[in-house]
Amino acid sequence: MKLSPLFLESWLIALVAVSVFFSGVLSDKLLAAEPAVREAELKRVEVIERVAPTVVAVFAKGGAGGGSGVLITKDGFALTNFHVVDGLGPFMKCGLNDGVLYDAVLVGLDPTGDVALIKLLGREDFPPATMGDSDKVEIGDWTYVMGNPFLLATDFAPTVTYGIVSGTHRYQPPAGTWLEYTDCIQVDTSINPGNSGGPLFHASGELIGINGRGSFEKRGRVNAGAGYAISINQIKYFLDQLKAGRVVDHATLGATVTTQNDGSVTVNGILETSDVFRRGLRSGDELVSFAGRPIRSVNQFKNILGIYPKDWMLPIVFRHDGERREIHARLRGLHTKSELLPDAKPKKPRPKPKGKDGKPGDKPELPEMPKADPHADAKVVIPERWKDLFVAKAGFANYRFNQLEQERVLASLKSLGDFASATGTWRLNGQSTTGDPFEMTVSAKGIGLEIRDAAFFQQLEDTDGADEPPGTGGFLIGVHHLRLLLSKGPAAFTDSYYFGSEPLDGRGVLVDVLVCSLSAVESRWYFSRSSGVLTGFDTRLHEDAEACVVRFTGLADFAGKRLPQTWMVRSGEKEFATLRVERAEFAAMKKEAGK
Amino acid sequence: MMGGNWERLCGKIGRWLFAARSKVTQTPPSLSRWLKGFCTTQIAKSDVEQRPFSTETSSVGVVLLTRDRCVARIFVLLTLIVVVSPVHAQSVRDTIGVTQPKIVKIFGAGGRTSLAAYGTGFFVSPQGHIATVWSHVLDADVVGVVLADGRRFTAKVLGAEPQLALAVLKLNAADGLEFPFFAVNETPSAGMGTRVLGFSNMFNVAAGDEPVSVIHGVIASRTNLEARRGAFESPYTGPVYVVDAVTNNSGAAGGVLTTRDGRLLGMIGQELRNSKSNTWVNYAIPITELRESIQQIISGKFTAKRDPNEDETASKPRRYKPLDFGFLLVPDVVDRTPAFIDLVQPESPAAKAGLKADDLVLFINDELIQTCRVMQDAVGRLESGDRLRLVVRRGNELVTIEMSVLKKKE
Repeated sequence: MKLSPLFLESWLIALVAVSVFFSGVLSDKLLAAEPAVREAELKRVEVIERVAPTVVAVFAKGGAGGGSGVLITKDGFALTNFHVVDGLGPFMKCGLNDGVLYDAVLVGLDPTGDVALIKLLGREDFPPATMGDSDKVEIGDWTYVMGNPFLLATDFAPTVTYGIVSGTHRYQPPAGTWLEYTDCIQVDTSINPGNSGGPLFHASGELIGINGRGSFEKRGRVNAGAGYAISINQIKYFLDQLKAGRVVDHATLGATVTTQNDGSVTVNGILETSDVFRRGLRSGDELVSFAGRPIRSVNQFKNILGIYPKDWMLPIVFRHDGERREIHARLRGLHTKSELLPDAKPKKPRPKPKGKDGKPGDKPELPEMPKADPHADAKVVIPERWKDLFVAKAGFANYRFNQLEQERVLASLKSLGDFASATGTWRLNGQSTTGDPFEMTVSAKGIGLEIRDAAFFQQLEDTDGADEPPGTGGFLIGVHHLRLLLSKGPAAFTDSYYFGSEPLDGRGVLVDVLVCSLSAVESRWYFSRSSGVLTGFDTRLHEDAEACVVRFTGLADFAGKRLPQTWMVRSGEKEFATLRVERAEFAAMKKEAGK
Repeated sequence: MMGGNWERLCGKIGRWLFAARSKVTQTPPSLSRWLKGFCTTQIAKSDVEQRPFSTETSSVGVVLLTRDRCVARIFVLLTLIVVVSPVHAQSVRDTIGVTQPKIVKIFGAGGRTSLAAYGTGFFVSPQGHIATVWSHVLDADVVGVVLADGRRFTAKVLGAEPQLALAVLKLNAADGLEFPFFAVNETPSAGMGTRVLGFSNMFNVAAGDEPVSVIHGVIASRTNLEARRGAFESPYTGPVYVVDAVTNNSGAAGGVLTTRDGRLLGMIGQELRNSKSNTWVNYAIPITELRESIQQIISGKFTAKRDPNEDETASKPRRYKPLDFGFLLVPDVVDRTPAFIDLVQPESPAAKAGLKADDLVLFINDELIQTCRVMQDAVGRLESGDRLRLVVRRGNELVTIEMSVLKKKE
């Protein structure tokens, strides 16, 4: 059938008329939109308005480059990427969306995890972001990326992009020797050069990660739908160490693992000096779980291991000859100390776009902005007003912040009383929980302990100390360190620093850790974070030695001087004794000198 | 004459308007819901709270884009009075949870510069048939397949349709094992503005025992593909969905594009560039274009489609293709791809003559064969009644294989 032009024309006009008639109705409807759509939009606007003030624009000297960051405390601590601040020096300029440019000082560095902590200066009422729980993030969740991509914002108001979580618990191999992204969050939210170091917010406005890299490949350095954020939970583990001005390191097991044909993960090599070896892990054993998470593949194990700090104790479950064992072991560092020194910094850790392994440049790259010419102004500029906020020391990003933390932790020791005068001989006696009386004599020359008809002595002149009583890991040296700490403070040691926090014995609540070393012997002091009370210490005769573990409960008052009441002493799995101090005498130095 | 027409026209408009009004008053709930559902580009109510763009801009855009389609649909409404309800209440999280187990990661040949050794595929049957792109990754005896839950299998190529860049694999799995799969028969409606999810092993980020990456976007257009791969035109020139999400990444090909409620729209194709602008195209081939071949390959009744462009090239006759003899060459991926045999169909003339996969063709009827393309040309020049004599290298041996060129069935 052939339609006549007339017929078509009339239909056409009819259709136009109908469309005109309906367009009014429709556009009214559309502009009004579904209430739910409007509500969702208002919620987004509300969240963005709420969190945008926390977003930091980080600038290199002269504004020739930079990245992003996010405030996490009212007093100005802000997170960013290591690769953003690397090379900027101890002070930098940061903009907030109030349009103000603030001075900021470098505080802590995590080169492996690509995290840096800086502190914005000049206010005590900065707007901080709320940290969420990144383990609760699920694929498909909506997220915001905020920051300063391409340095677009001249007024420091962040650029906002919106997208979904594409993958969780992702692993991205190290770029060079550092910048390994383990257990990270993958998003399709746009991450571009300049977004580095900025926040990944959950749709609720909670901070769930720090954006740091993306897969770019053939498109050059712009978003290709795969960006990666360091999970905020990983950063939480390191936060106290970063606040302490340290250059931190990540953990390694001290053993290598491999996947068997049946899918199990077994140890195929182990360092005999490692704590896991001392706790009984052997080559051929099957790893069952690590830090409470079941192990299903080598990749997954690396993923979990990578989020923990060096020196933390963590629970490990393994199968040895068919027998299931649970241990708590202290983890070694991924790098040597010298590898983390700023001078040891090799060439810029930039991934090669095309790997020799044949993977076609699929290694994610860092979406950083070009850095300012490092030779343009080699002199470190320290603003006069803030010069007290930076102290350089090897192994630290900014030792000033460690000094502040040491002072905070040590302040609680003062409540135990004045031991400064008690530099003479101390005599402690009491009973062990098994009913054996003991007597301990502590002087500058030596330490003696009598218990169960045995006498042990550690002389202190011209020696680093030994494992006395044998099998305790060096309890008497530990007591010597305790006396030094109480009477003279950290000055009595060759080196001391505030470590950060860790879960006590790998299972307890977080404690503050102070580390003091006297030649090769190192003691780690544990302070309750709530009360500041000294809850115990570990003393290690040398780096790979089994530690002497001393845990305190209760406090006893001896004429104005307070000491822990019960001392549980063990080394490895073996308990030496639990001592209950009943009497204590403290002599002054003069008396001892007169002897 | 004009007057008469005008009157008739006015009468028509009047009747139309009346009809429209009366429909509105007679069936207000269904009509308004239908229009609303349509004009907000199919935002299911559950989707709404996660809608990423501001209402004003997108709504106005929709009005402008779709007014004539509005009219067309009103026309359909008034004549057919069909009520469509595209509302599927499901959250993105739920969709992803249900969809990811249907997607697999494929590991095979490659690993050379710009040729990734990984890709993506998706189950199209509960028995473990997997659809993916026909690519160099499959150029291996068996390929590794990793499921979303980390289970590992091997798979073999069951058949391929180079014209669609489609291949179907069969998982080597124990009988009785069932896999979650996409029903390729279904045809969800989707058009410009439909919100979609993309699932793929892009960049092999999901290298471990983990599900593939998910990205989101909207369909930007449905158009015919005009693209190329390196120096070569894409063999497929049919309809595609173009999306605003970055689906064009290494390893993403063979992944899927779904609606926000998890219904299969299409397969993410090979990495291609727009032949005009030289930019990477983010596209997916609609499942409607693929399903016939998928089903035929699964049922074993597959015959490759003829390339319409190749039929009448006077200078280069294409009277025969390798598949007419029951074998396939490796994908022609580089400028001078050696003419390796990729696949020999069982029971085919080539199989009966003793040709085997991985043979390297050196001569056809005494003509030196240096590349896949020379081979295609040589085969194309054959005529019925000829003898086809291949000299192939198999390991360290030279083997001669002969078969007759039969008259082709039209």
